[in-house]
Amino acid sequence: MSRIENRLARLKAEGRSALIPYVTAGDPAPGVTVNLMHALVEAGADIIELGVPFSDPMADGPVIQLACERALVHGVTLKDVLAMVSQFRETDADTPVVLMGYTNPIEAMGYADFIERAKVAGVDGVLTVDLPPEEAEAFTGPLKQAGMDAVFLLAPTTSEARMRSICEASSGYVYYVSVKGVTGSAALDVEAVAGQLEKIRAQTGLPLGVGFGIKDGASAAAVSRIADGVIVGSVLVNKIAELASEPDKVPAAVAAIVADMRAAMDRA
Amino acid sequence: MPKNIDFKTLMDLPDTQGHFGPYGGRFASETLMGALDELAELYERLWHSPEFQEEFDRDLAHYVGRPSPLYHAERLSRELGGAQIYLKREDLNHTGAHKVNNTIGQALLAKFMGKPRIIAETGAGQHGVASATVAARLGLKCVVYMGAEDVRRQALNVYRMKLLGAEVVPVESGTRTLKDALNEAMRDWVTNVDDTFYIIGTVAGPHPYPKLVRDFQSVIGREARRQCLDQIGRLPDALVACVGGGSNAIGLFYPFIPDAAVRMVGVEAGGYGIETGKHAAPLCAGRPGVLHGNRTYLMEDDAGQIIGTHSVSAGLDYPGVGPEHAWLKDTGRAEYVAINDDEALDAFRTLTRVEGIMPALESSHAVAQAIKMAPGMRPDEVLVVNLSGRGDKDIHTVAEIDGITV
Repeated sequence: MSRIENRLARLKAEGRSALIPYVTAGDPAPGVTVNLMHALVEAGADIIELGVPFSDPMADGPVIQLACERALVHGVTLKDVLAMVSQFRETDADTPVVLMGYTNPIEAMGYADFIERAKVAGVDGVLTVDLPPEEAEAFTGPLKQAGMDAVFLLAPTTSEARMRSICEASSGYVYYVSVKGVTGSAALDVEAVAGQLEKIRAQTGLPLGVGFGIKDGASAAAVSRIADGVIVGSVLVNKIAELASEPDKVPAAVAAIVADMRAAMDRA
Repeated sequence: MPKNIDFKTLMDLPDTQGHFGPYGGRFASETLMGALDELAELYERLWHSPEFQEEFDRDLAHYVGRPSPLYHAERLSRELGGAQIYLKREDLNHTGAHKVNNTIGQALLAKFMGKPRIIAETGAGQHGVASATVAARLGLKCVVYMGAEDVRRQALNVYRMKLLGAEVVPVESGTRTLKDALNEAMRDWVTNVDDTFYIIGTVAGPHPYPKLVRDFQSVIGREARRQCLDQIGRLPDALVACVGGGSNAIGLFYPFIPDAAVRMVGVEAGGYGIETGKHAAPLCAGRPGVLHGNRTYLMEDDAGQIIGTHSVSAGLDYPGVGPEHAWLKDTGRAEYVAINDDEALDAFRTLTRVEGIMPALESSHAVAQAIKMAPGMRPDEVLVVNLSGRGDKDIHTVAEIDGITV
């Protein structure tokens, strides 16, 4: 059983949903990220999605694009991100870490090289937003063989036939994108999402994470009632942007938002 | 490099998943996959239907003004003392460039799909103008994304688009040029996929775009091939076209692919020179990667980040290239070279003075390559240059370089 499966199974047994925060590695400065990751765990994060900065994040909104730009100013590379995961693992052997990003930095490193390094660093899963299952096999096949999970996205526009093949290609959990749009866009419609999740559950027994449009404790709590995982990104990255010139304050400030969400979810 | 490829089989590409050998494909957000499937299916059906073909051909004839002439540049050929240079005059199309061949085709698709809103990205503004033009004609709402830097460089085209009723959105992210405009258009499409048709301006993007844009632009090569047979009595010895994303080049090349004796030369933007790193020549100096929905040659750093490009011509200022060109390069069917800013500017002046034809700075790269090649060829050999656009839009840029305020 992978670290992700373990964690999600345990939460399910406890009747709780996972809280899955996203932050971009190296934002606002490389030295902040590992402290921030620990602070997120302290505040109640169950899995961390760590963004790999990319120069052209087409599927993301301006919030994440700017986060990438802040990280890239410091020249943060995929190698650096893996080093951050290694450092995080020195004192946290339990919290799963999923790398989220775009295909090209991984292609540039080479699939085999990346998989080997990611395994050694302690990465648990990878989500490449511009690598749908049709193009992914050469990467996700060896990734899964190495014991890491391949997380794929489902969208409101995904047909039921595609849903089946995406669920078959997925491991760890499936990420349901709750709104048509980029990260950081409109608020989600919980009832519509609940209906979609039901359709997805008919196709797969994998845990379902829901992301896009979760902005506060109330929306996190609402989603936690219908999903196995609550994924939250832009609202955290916005806070990081506010504090970009005072990076030392970032971990505590972001952790406070996560703690609020965790509390609201546990009350739900 | 793949060996012993029967060039005729290259005509059958891409495969059903959009692959040209290892290139192309569909590297897109999940939200768009349904729309891309729908587009691919509808396109296959329409492209082979007589109704669609008839309407497309009629628009090309009566709205665009096709066929465009194949003009023998006799004086230029004589002065160079080598091959006979023929210019395929895409600059004479309505809106002044080859771009409209594609926007006519895609706007027809939008019409058949019942989408009331179109979006487009643009660099130099030519594709934006061509999109705004067809939108005006069909009564569609049109939003054009353009890098803020290009908005500044191409003020005339920005105003043209506004006169045509389009909304022009300056893009402030990243390098504020074409690639960032493309990112922003993709984001719009993800958000408004139900009522919006995305008119991509070149043979890049996720499948089926590289294929359908190629098919719409292939009218250039089909005409040129027939015109060569009619006017010269044989096929040309070489084709030359500039390559940014590569739509005018693929449009000229594609119908000649099985004619193995016809050399095909794509000309990338060498900027300040390949050796300076300040250029836009991924086929000459980049390596394969994934960007904007397809796998192709890219300008990237060691860590896989896309790097800034430079070219005097905004239309070539792009870090990627159409995946079909990547495969034509690897298979050896086409060759790719780079022409620097200076050489392109010289060619702009030469063609203007010697033939009275002012080429776009993009097309000037192809003209410069022809000027290099022709003297090494025999006077009975024929070189066809795709004159993809006219140069009026670039007068400001050239004047600025000359230190003149227009």
